[in-house]
Amino acid sequence: MALLDAKTQSRLRTLFTEIRHPVKLLMFTQAEGGALECSMCSETRTLVEELGALSDGLETEIRDLVADADLARLYGIDKLPAIAILAAGSPAKDARIRFYGIPSGYEFGSLIETILMVGRQDHGLGAAALEALRRLKTPAHVQVYVTPT
Amino acid sequence: MLANQLAMASDLVRAETVEATEFPHLVTRYQLYGVPHTVINEVLHIEGAVPEAAMLEQLAILDDAPKMRKLAADWEKRRKG
Repeated sequence: MALLDAKTQSRLRTLFTEIRHPVKLLMFTQAEGGALECSMCSETRTLVEELGALSDGLETEIRDLVADADLARLYGIDKLPAIAILAAGSPAKDARIRFYGIPSGYEFGSLIETILMVGRQDHGLGAAALEALRRLKTPAHVQVYVTPT
Repeated sequence: MLANQLAMASDLVRAETVEATEFPHLVTRYQLYGVPHTVINEVLHIEGAVPEAAMLEQLAILDDAPKMRKLAADWEKRRKG
């Protein structure tokens, strides 16, 4: 059964026409399709696959945390399910944005907004934020904890 | 979303959105009582929505080594509580 209903799919198709630079969702699960795949992993994988089917500008790749451990390490993936947002291309460029757990409710909106942001290659930040980033010297690891609403 | 924008704009920023209910060990680790809850470099904690000005203020603290050392020590103490 599809997670995204026909109306949502249609709205997303329209929104995704704003993608100018292809975006890649690199998703990590474990034991894909098997009885041991965690339920949120399997749902998130379905969601990622359904999103990928809506636009040529949105690539998806499903990897396994254990079988593809080197890739997981490269992208700093340490829990499941995980979605890494990349600017597609060869090589793909990591946007350093991750979603852990199924992005549902409000976070689904954030995922879509993030895809569009990377697809437009426009972060939309103002002068104050850019100035703060220009001054920043220390790597920042920002985790935002949320719950589905 | 702000964190994601910052990550896209700077190679120094990594942004992670974490669904708290799926990772109870992290809820325990960071002593989360409500969401949203933002954790920066383990020791900076902000409860509730973070307006841009507040986020930029927090980022500036990262470059203040003495303050970060103190925050890290406080955080260790609270964790062991």
